[in-house]
Amino acid sequence: MVNTPQSNRELRSKLGRVRGMGSTREGVHHWWAQRMSAVALLPLSLWFVYSLITLTGSDYASFHAWMSEFGNAVFTVLLLVAMFHHAQLGLTVVIEDYVHSELWKMGMLLVVKYGSVLFAASGIFAVLKISLAG
Amino acid sequence: MADDPRPLSPHLQIYRPQVTSVLSITHRLTGVVLAFAALLLTYWLASAAYGPESFARAQAVLESWFGRLVLFGFTFSLFYHLCNGIRHLGWDLGWGFDLVKLRLTGVLVIIASMGLTVLSWMLAYGHVGKL
Repeated sequence: MVNTPQSNRELRSKLGRVRGMGSTREGVHHWWAQRMSAVALLPLSLWFVYSLITLTGSDYASFHAWMSEFGNAVFTVLLLVAMFHHAQLGLTVVIEDYVHSELWKMGMLLVVKYGSVLFAASGIFAVLKISLAG
Repeated sequence: MADDPRPLSPHLQIYRPQVTSVLSITHRLTGVVLAFAALLLTYWLASAAYGPESFARAQAVLESWFGRLVLFGFTFSLFYHLCNGIRHLGWDLGWGFDLVKLRLTGVLVIIASMGLTVLSWMLAYGHVGKL
């Protein structure tokens, strides 16, 4: 073991090892982004469940009053951003694992990526409209 | 490549379900379910942005028995994914890989997610005052 010439058995080039980007050429970015958004979602989702409990059965007036509060609007926007980012990352892996037809895979990834941006933008705009409209 | 009849290893039908494997696939399943919950959240927010009438309609849908059933499922999915997500973060930090801890934390995830789901709904009904 001590004198085994490692360089003869290493298939990766030295440059490839230094860059550390792996076979997919994106390194640990996807993995890291999923963890970062997950950690953000821990407090955000707990806050959101608590909020929904207090909002149970509320009419428009009380919901409008709740959303008009600075912190509630900001946290809801943050929740939407972290949630759709995290969902998109997760669904991407699920699709890559189970959908083997290239065409279907590309199509579904497109729907998930664009869809998450569309719905996040819609949610954020809705929050702004509710909270900023008198 | 797909036409090449290569030997396959025994798959899901062969192996006995275990706490670890069942919880693992449930994590994925609840993740996909929560993506639909995210769509419902956007619909709910958009309904409020459209005004009092559409918000009242959305609230009526969500408060129907079917709406509640869906929301209950979403609540459990959220708490399960959250609790098991913490378990995943523990693994990422290198903690909890041995079989005893693996099974213990798995059982804890099941108990915690069920407990938190029931607790949330009790609090919600208590808030409305019609348990």
